[in-house]
Amino acid sequence: MSLPNQADEGITFDTFMEGVWRQNPVFVMVLGMCPTLAVTVSAVNGLSMGVATLFVLVSSCLLVSLIRHLVPKEVRIATYIVIIATFVTLVDYLIQAASLALYEALGAFIQLIVVNCIILGRAEAHASKNPPLKAVVNALGMGVGFAIGLLALGGTREILGAGKLFGISLFGEHFQPWVVMVLPPGGFFVLGGWLLLFALFRKKPVTEGGHAHD
Amino acid sequence: MSMELRTSPHQISERNVPTIMKHVVLSLLPVCAFSVWQYGLSALALLLTITATCLLTERLLNRSAGQASTLGDWSATITGVLLALTLPPSFPLWMGVVAGFVAIAIGKALFGGLGFNVFNPALIGRAFVQAAFPVAITTWVPAFSAQRFSEFVPTTLTAPLMMPPDVVEWVKLQAVDAFTGATPLARWKFENVIASTHDLLTGAVTASAGETSAILILVCGLYLAARKFMDWRIPVAVLASAALTAWLFQLYDPTHYPAPTFVLLSGGLMLGAVYMATDMATSPVTPLGVWIYGAVIGVVTVMIRYFGGLTEGVMYAILLGNALTPFIDLYTQPRVFGTRQQGKNK
Amino acid sequence: MSEPITPQTTPSGKMIATMVLVASICGVLIVGAFESTQAAIAENKRIMVERAVFKVLPGAASVKEYAATPAGIQPLTGAMPEGGIKFYAAYDQAGALKGIAAEAAGKGYADVVRILYGYDAQCQCIIGIGVVSMRETPGIGDKIITDKAFLKNFEALDVRVNAEMTALANAVKVVKHGSKTSPWQIDAIAGATVTSKAVGRGINDSAQKLLPLLVPHIAELKS
Repeated sequence: MSLPNQADEGITFDTFMEGVWRQNPVFVMVLGMCPTLAVTVSAVNGLSMGVATLFVLVSSCLLVSLIRHLVPKEVRIATYIVIIATFVTLVDYLIQAASLALYEALGAFIQLIVVNCIILGRAEAHASKNPPLKAVVNALGMGVGFAIGLLALGGTREILGAGKLFGISLFGEHFQPWVVMVLPPGGFFVLGGWLLLFALFRKKPVTEGGHAHD
Repeated sequence: MSMELRTSPHQISERNVPTIMKHVVLSLLPVCAFSVWQYGLSALALLLTITATCLLTERLLNRSAGQASTLGDWSATITGVLLALTLPPSFPLWMGVVAGFVAIAIGKALFGGLGFNVFNPALIGRAFVQAAFPVAITTWVPAFSAQRFSEFVPTTLTAPLMMPPDVVEWVKLQAVDAFTGATPLARWKFENVIASTHDLLTGAVTASAGETSAILILVCGLYLAARKFMDWRIPVAVLASAALTAWLFQLYDPTHYPAPTFVLLSGGLMLGAVYMATDMATSPVTPLGVWIYGAVIGVVTVMIRYFGGLTEGVMYAILLGNALTPFIDLYTQPRVFGTRQQGKNK
Repeated sequence: MSEPITPQTTPSGKMIATMVLVASICGVLIVGAFESTQAAIAENKRIMVERAVFKVLPGAASVKEYAATPAGIQPLTGAMPEGGIKFYAAYDQAGALKGIAAEAAGKGYADVVRILYGYDAQCQCIIGIGVVSMRETPGIGDKIITDKAFLKNFEALDVRVNAEMTALANAVKVVKHGSKTSPWQIDAIAGATVTSKAVGRGINDSAQKLLPLLVPHIAELKS
């Protein structure tokens, strides 16, 4: 696709919804699996990680888009990495200031947002070719999609693994927690379940060989 | 006059998958009967529930995948029975349903059904519930309690999704003396108490049905091997390598490590070696591969028992062996007749 | 630089200029964030330490950090001195010494179990524990914070130092469930032996090192 045309396209609803639904980073693109599997032991952890990533994604895409004409293509990846790392450091400080307990729960995965391929991918594939507003709207959609994915995983694992949602007990004290769900294998089981569910929902041809039923 | 033309084979062997599987199920019946005799109603209910769940899941997934029913190949029945035999007889029925569903759905159907599964489905089911319900799966009740044919163990009828009740009080009422609530392996690991061979042989120990009837399982296995319904090399390799490893450790430090007889007769080693490691879909096919596979399982079992955090290692050893099977097959291909050894034919 | 020859190669000067510009923007952002959050972070850390210490030493109202070294004890400011062990001195409302809290760690079932224990100078015993971090199996290993019978071990766990001030008079030891006979023994949780032992070993390791250094100087803290 030619660049000028794409940049000229206006902001449509799909600019936002692309990341939430059609190209959801967790359920469709299956990107950023490290934080997705590792920190989603509870709804709060999943949501906080999602929001932290959303913040980094939106701010770096904004900055990348603002300086897109300035950066020579030879050093663009290096520039993007510096920008992303900066915002990750900001988030790191902010979370520490907000809650140390949350900071300990998310652990190294806050710093690891810097290698989350969704962010570099958006910066390279979208923000570097689009005006700031459009880039921000698109990044917002992707970030929201990612946060929804993490919240869905974290919520499911917390309900099954602890009988709670956002720390509120749902089934009374005699509920038998499925311990495996808050252990690492549980992440894979629940992710698999959600991917299956999402595939059933969408039921559209994803690959060229797919059959269109609708 | 019409003449029928057919290509070979003209005589069809009766040894097909359903026949073999049916014989395996039949040979498991004495073990099941022993389990029911030991633990009564609860064991019976668990066996029936899990087997029914496995069959139902298989049928359901057949239907949703638009396949013909595969219930007739008896493999879901085997999975259900084996799974039930590896669980504590007092295991809550609803957890049994979870185990049965996971065994068939994740252990088998997800890979494409019988023959495509990488791991033994029964062990997948057990591994899942062991990780999900670590307390329930290590709660034991005494065998041969007086009312075992008239009442259930309280944990059996736990309401779905609820935590099983504490059995300590119930166990006291049974007035079975010297009940410790720990399997022979756990007692060895944490208290350094070695159960006597006599107790292990007669099932006078606390454990799942699959762990208490070593001799019965061996006899049933001999029947299967004699009728050539299973590869006798696998159990022999597993048991021999486990015994050898145990013997070496005992030579090194007899005060700490138990005798090979204890290693062979305790835990689920016998059931695993005879019925689970020999699963045709998940074990190697080459003659040399079978020996390697069996030896890996035997050695890993003993290593997990001696050095791992868990008390029993057969399950993970067999799953590991299953995972290695494709590689073992790949590297132990026999030389094709008429060709030279690899590397020399250039 | 062996780049493929392309018609428009950006001059190095522009690349460097861009990188410097971006790096400066980022630097300003980071410094700004650091300056504005530092106070809140330090406050958070202090509250976290206080909360943990107050939990193992009920009745305490303020906490000071100290370092114990073979040369004596000193308030901890800045870096930890060579061979020093960190501990917290807790004081009550009136400013009298309430007790000492220190961290202990032992290898558990899944990972290292880190706990904080409260030491009472009067009875020379441990009067409470709290978990700092652990990843033990939920429902089994985490009984160390919920099992009442287990926590009873830490109402008065004897950690007296021997007369020569070199080690504990009796090593802290974890024993099989139901077989505790002496005040320096810890009754393990049935079914969670590995985690119980991790706690016991951790306390023993830490107390053996810290208390012989600390006890001779304990009077210095009573202010």
